[in-house]
Amino acid sequence: MTGMEGLRDFWQRYRRNKGAIVGLAVLVLVLATALLGPTLFPGNPWDMAGAPFQKPFDPEFPLGTDTLGRDILMGIVHGARVSLLIGFVATFAAVSLGVILGSVAGYYGGLVDDLLMRFTEFFQTIPSFVFAIVLVAIFTPSIASIVAAIAIVSWPPVARLVRGEFLTLRTREFVQASVVLGRSSRHIIFVEILPNAVSPIIVAGSLMVATAILIESSLSFLGLGDPNMMSWGFMIGSARTVLRTAWWMSFFPGLAILLTVLALNLVGEGLNDALNPRLTREGR
Amino acid sequence: MQRLQFIAQRVVKGIVVLLGIIILNFLLIRMAPGDPASVMAGEAGAADEVFMSQLRKEFGLDRPLHEQLAVYVKNVVTLDLGYSYRQQRPVADLLLERVPATLLLTGTAFLLSLVVGVLLGILAASRVGQWSDSLVTVIALFFYATPIFWVGLMGILLFSVTLGWLPSFGMYTVGGKLTGAAFALDVLHHLILPAITLALFHMAVYARMTRASMLEMRDQDFVRTAHAKGLREGRIVRIHVLRNAILPVITMAGVKAGYLIGGSIVVETVFAWPGIGRLAFETVMQRDYNLLLGVFILTSFMVIAVNLITDIIYSFVDPRIELGQ
Repeated sequence: MTGMEGLRDFWQRYRRNKGAIVGLAVLVLVLATALLGPTLFPGNPWDMAGAPFQKPFDPEFPLGTDTLGRDILMGIVHGARVSLLIGFVATFAAVSLGVILGSVAGYYGGLVDDLLMRFTEFFQTIPSFVFAIVLVAIFTPSIASIVAAIAIVSWPPVARLVRGEFLTLRTREFVQASVVLGRSSRHIIFVEILPNAVSPIIVAGSLMVATAILIESSLSFLGLGDPNMMSWGFMIGSARTVLRTAWWMSFFPGLAILLTVLALNLVGEGLNDALNPRLTREGR
Repeated sequence: MQRLQFIAQRVVKGIVVLLGIIILNFLLIRMAPGDPASVMAGEAGAADEVFMSQLRKEFGLDRPLHEQLAVYVKNVVTLDLGYSYRQQRPVADLLLERVPATLLLTGTAFLLSLVVGVLLGILAASRVGQWSDSLVTVIALFFYATPIFWVGLMGILLFSVTLGWLPSFGMYTVGGKLTGAAFALDVLHHLILPAITLALFHMAVYARMTRASMLEMRDQDFVRTAHAKGLREGRIVRIHVLRNAILPVITMAGVKAGYLIGGSIVVETVFAWPGIGRLAFETVMQRDYNLLLGVFILTSFMVIAVNLITDIIYSFVDPRIELGQ
């Protein structure tokens, strides 16, 4: 199968999932907002734009203003960048860590596997959100500490997944052939086995971005966001005390989180259908 | 006898993990930017040099690292989790008085999410492709994607502010002076909104899992055999499909216990529920690290305990599990 044909095939299968198409459309919109937003809405989202407590659906402030007169629409647009940035970078870090540990464990097996899996299990037992809070609080909140904390609590499932793939793939003939040819372990791991395990990793990764965004929003809701970056969770957290009088301050940023996370989950399911066609049967 | 051995093994494993978490805690305090003594004291002690040197001596910060670790582990094991200089009370006391509220909230949410989630999953699986299946799937998708604190806030807006049905704050009516059954009812009234908020996300997880798992079981050979034997449909679903389909859901429920406790931090913050989660939020606000690390150890302990209980239940539910392993 050539590359182009494979891509068309992939798209054919992805397209069959209607939810995944909707998800992709929403995700593209959110990505465009994150990329172009600050150009379309120039200025500082922390600045006072108008009178505080302005109700939404006003021509000047479509989503209203917050307790300090900051434009909510502007905050949401600028917050998209933070959410997606943290979501993708943290997932990339977690997947890299999980792939390295999982492939080493699955490839070498034996004692190495035993030790690495105990290590993974240990991290899976720790209550992840509490651990993330402890990490961010102790190392002071910043983009770097938040990304690191989310990555540290998210990698274990990837490691287990990759290990499982490696355990089955390393007994296959093409891998055995490479061993007989005297290829290095590094070559076999990264060139022979890993490309064959890439589909489930991509699916798991796309769902992890959604979880990472949810963790980030919870952290910044609790006041553990980067103090220099406007984020959706922070907007809701700071509007919490005026919920009774000003519903719009918490409603719209929450809607933004919901739509983004929902879109990512739908895309993840579509990717699963398209990449693992054997697992999807009619009527599911 | 075999089961006893199995349980003993799991207990030992739990203790090892707990020890690992205590060591991790110790390392975190040392890795934190700045003087460990100032971390222990929170910002409260940062100004007073005499107090700091006293702390350093008390925690043995002038001694070699492995001796410090030994002292720390010994302290935690004897339930001495240090002192919260912010609250002027021992950490262990502060934590213990918060445990019942959190257990009530997470326990209720756990049962609610599992029962409703499994029921919804069964409903969807038995009506694949019909509108009720689609409805369950869509609901599950939504609550799986909604930040838990936002669900809570919107719940308050709808049920407390607009409709005025449910209280939105605390665990009981302040100054109500209720006793006995009236008090229990009052707590229950306050519990509804936070428990449902915490349960919805996990309900979505269990509904999706149960549905997928039931559909997978339906295609198995032993189910076809049951059909061939001419058993009634209801009996097949209950005895053959459900019993097997529910096993991975129980496993997942045990694994997810940790997430429930994490979620309770956010929910308790939203609803001012006087549990460990609310305490965790306060420690973060006040940079009271000693207390925060206490919360971390206690919640880890709770997760290990739940995992242990799940393992034991599992060994009863699934006779195929090899106890000797």
